Amino acid sequence: MKIRLRVWRQAGPNSAGSLETHDLEDVSPDMSFLEMLDVLNERLIEEDREEIAFDHDCREGICGSCSLMIDGRAHGPQHKTTACQLHMRHYSDGDEIVVEPWRVKAFPVVKDLVVDRSSFDRIIRAGGYISVRTGSARDANEAPIRKADSDLAFDAATCIGCGACAAACPNASASLFTAAKISHLALVPQGQAERYDRVRKMVAQMDAEGFGHCTNHNECEAACPKGISVTNIARMNRDFLRAMVVSRDPLRAPDDAGE
Amino acid sequence: MSAGQTRTLTVYDTAIGKKAAVAVTGVVLFGFVIAHMLGNLQVFLGPKALNDYAESLHAVPTVLWAARLVLLGSVAVHITFTVQLVAISNAARPVGYRSKKSLASTYASRTMKLTGPLLLAFVLYHLAHFTWPGLAMGAYSHDPADVYGNVVRGFSVPWVCAIYLVAQILLGLHLYHGAWSLFQTLGLSHPKYDRVRDLAPKLVALGVVLGNLSIPLAVLSRVVR
Ligand code: HEM
Ligand code: FES
Repeated sequence: MKIRLRVWRQAGPNSAGSLETHDLEDVSPDMSFLEMLDVLNERLIEEDREEIAFDHDCREGICGSCSLMIDGRAHGPQHKTTACQLHMRHYSDGDEIVVEPWRVKAFPVVKDLVVDRSSFDRIIRAGGYISVRTGSARDANEAPIRKADSDLAFDAATCIGCGACAAACPNASASLFTAAKISHLALVPQGQAERYDRVRKMVAQMDAEGFGHCTNHNECEAACPKGISVTNIARMNRDFLRAMVVSRDPLRAPDDAGE
Repeated sequence: MSAGQTRTLTVYDTAIGKKAAVAVTGVVLFGFVIAHMLGNLQVFLGPKALNDYAESLHAVPTVLWAARLVLLGSVAVHITFTVQLVAISNAARPVGYRSKKSLASTYASRTMKLTGPLLLAFVLYHLAHFTWPGLAMGAYSHDPADVYGNVVRGFSVPWVCAIYLVAQILLGLHLYHGAWSLFQTLGLSHPKYDRVRDLAPKLVALGVVLGNLSIPLAVLSRVVR
């Protein structure tokens, strides 16, 4: 089938960008969206033109690398599906598709469709871990946990950190990501010791990165390829407000991103 | 954490903290909106009921001024923090999308930052209309001792009622998203109550809109005169 792509091209972080139109003549319905971009890139290389830069790694929906805004929807039209798992059979002959990078200040464009998501890494680094002795793993069954809580923790832990939540959010807020990372540790016994420090540190870092604030539009949940629920955001808010009330040791306010 | 020259994180440094203050003041304003409506609905009980009620509100000046201070303070906090929050979000996406679809947000949620300031404008108009008459467009002969008569005369002007109609729709939208959102903001969420939390904001917002609108409509249709 024929597909017309309008793809964002931008030479570098500080260059101006624009949409570039490419007509593809025989796109197979069996191709994934990224395979279609591969085919286009091969053609561009043959024509001695610069290929389109886009992020990808596993191509099986688990790494969170792919990050395309496809026709105004993060990861495209398939609900709970990453761009790499989106197949062209969901399109029909003659369709025109607009492909853009995530538009979030805390995810600056590196080139074309590639954005720098290290702000997410810094949020994790601020507190998204538990401090344990490594090397001699403890018996997994040593710490009892309610089945319901472990299920919720697993649901939150399915977050692949792709950034679709912040990309889809009208406020460019990273609340769903941060809340998922806070929740999966807050729900298990191993995460309790650092629970109220973790939430303060991660929330402060999220703000320092320049993400927007949450106004509860729920666009993030709808865009999330893993279907992570906004109830995690309520849990983050609850834990954070509680932490600010009960925590005795003060926390330094981070002044800027990436320090 | 060592005490350096850097500041300690306070709840208001964070967007969540600011938003919680918006939610708490929203609850105060919400309470006022409902109490105000219930009070005014006494217009249907006749002149004496409404005028006596109005007088009783002024009976103890300390209480009256305490209530006014709480309300004014709430409005100030509500507006100050929302202005800051909106600025944070505007800065968070300097380059917008060429195409962007909404999947889950509602008309009400997307228009909060519009319905808010419009409500402020309406509240000022409303005060000028009934509390400081003569200031407002749509003047009528005002008698501070006869609230019932003021309501009847004030709402006898159809275009004044039209302003109230529009304002109530804006209020309904603001309350609808606000009532849903504030529980999320304050972290009061549990799947067990999801159905109530989805339904209650609709009912409450609709109830306030209809309750408030029933008064100008009753005057216009000469049910109350
Ligand atoms: C009748 C008076 C008002 C009531 C009852 C009210 C109520 C509320 C409530 C309950 C919220 C939700 C808070 C949350 O999500 O945590 C809210 C949010 C908000 N209010 Fe108001 N409000 C009123 C007046 C105003 C005024 C005068 C303004 C602005 C000048 C305003 C602007 C906003 C904004 C911008 C938000 C945030 C919207 C969002 O999070 O999407 N409100 N309000
Ligand atoms: S490439 Fe790994 S999730 Fe899409």
